[in-house]
Amino acid sequence: MDFRFEVIMRYLPLLLQGMKLTFQLTITAVAIGTIIGLFVSLCRIASFKPAAWMAKGYVDFFRGTPLLVQIFLIHYGFPQLFGMNAFPAYLSGIIALSLNSGAYIAEIFRAGIQSIHRGQMEAARSLGMNYAQAMFYIILPQAFKRCIPPLGNEFIAMLKDSSLVSVIALQELMMSGRIMQGRSYRPFETWVTVAMLYLVMTLTISQFVSYLERVFGKDDHGE
Amino acid sequence: MITVNNLVKVFGHLEVLRGISCHIEAKEVVVIIGPSGSGKSTFLRCLNQLEKATSGEIIIDGINVTDPRTDINAVRQEVGMVFQRFNLFPHMTALQNVALAPMKVRKQPRREAEKLAMDLLERVGLQDKIHQYPEKLSGGQQQRVAIARSLAMRPKVMLFDEPTSALDPEMVGEVLEVIKSLAKEGMTMVVVSHEMGFAREVGDRVIFMDEGLIVEEGDPEQLYTNPRHQRTRLFLSKIL
Repeated sequence: MDFRFEVIMRYLPLLLQGMKLTFQLTITAVAIGTIIGLFVSLCRIASFKPAAWMAKGYVDFFRGTPLLVQIFLIHYGFPQLFGMNAFPAYLSGIIALSLNSGAYIAEIFRAGIQSIHRGQMEAARSLGMNYAQAMFYIILPQAFKRCIPPLGNEFIAMLKDSSLVSVIALQELMMSGRIMQGRSYRPFETWVTVAMLYLVMTLTISQFVSYLERVFGKDDHGE
Repeated sequence: MITVNNLVKVFGHLEVLRGISCHIEAKEVVVIIGPSGSGKSTFLRCLNQLEKATSGEIIIDGINVTDPRTDINAVRQEVGMVFQRFNLFPHMTALQNVALAPMKVRKQPRREAEKLAMDLLERVGLQDKIHQYPEKLSGGQQQRVAIARSLAMRPKVMLFDEPTSALDPEMVGEVLEVIKSLAKEGMTMVVVSHEMGFAREVGDRVIFMDEGLIVEEGDPEQLYTNPRHQRTRLFLSKIL
């Protein structure tokens, strides 16, 4: 057995640095993705058809093509098309991850909204509330509660997928692992540590999500 | 108060309402009966435009609600609706259910809206349930909260869509009592219901609908005891 713990200790600061960036990228992308997702899900169920079609086109594209392709397209493709300099890798990474996440989150919200019984909207409208008021006060609070578990899944998936932005030289956890491997020639120690660090983050997130479920589920009244 | 002229509603290929015309006076209590699929619920839902009429005209309190230029939200504030399945907001207490629309739609200050909500909940006999969530209430209590919620908008007309048919038998009475008290205070009401005792006691008129048409209408006593049409007779023989 050839395992050297001191290699891990030597490169741990480098990996923790990468871990921090991975976490930042993921949080930012999911936060922006949630805003995009809410907007897009409302467009998808809108009675104004062009809005619904555009929203569907967006979701289809970002769910139906590889994230890696999306990253290359945003970081290298568009700057060439418009003859400008590439965005800083950090910005390209955030844009790609947010847009990708937004598509998945839009579907989560759409499912949540559509799972609320039609009678809720009818009751709200028959009291004289307009569509936006009914959505905001009646439908979304109930739908959001049901969206917490799938949002947690999306958060974890996004954390792992954020490793793909290492291809545009963003030094997040995956990239830090490749640097460590290149310098140390110790692939086992490298990747087992990287795996553990990802695991720490994903387990933390799932703990956080079950906490949210408990807090919001505590007053989960009715269906 | 309500005038309906030749109302037609088509779902796909199905003509659910095939030309309904009627007039309902202010303070009148009209009970609609008819077999399932006769279009009675659809008719009620057209009155506040939860279903858009395919053609025809509905005028409520001088406002043509079928005119696309009409602000339907403003009309709905004047036309309360109570549903078969209550449709209370499960994430809000009884008090919040009742106070929400006055606050958000009528822009009443919170304190005023909650005072109004408390008065209304007391009126339907639920003063000790104001902070309960709907899931903790029985069906009859939920339906009474739903009635209070509609009344909080101080509507001129109340529509009831089979308000007691989702209730256990022992709870029907408490809900009918509330509706009766409204009738006695002079609320204009259209009630889809098969509760014959209720129709006889407070109904000014009973309308019998079948296959999307008004077959017969008249004084409850006369319609129940001596229906003129064969179809009415057949229907009554099945439900009595």
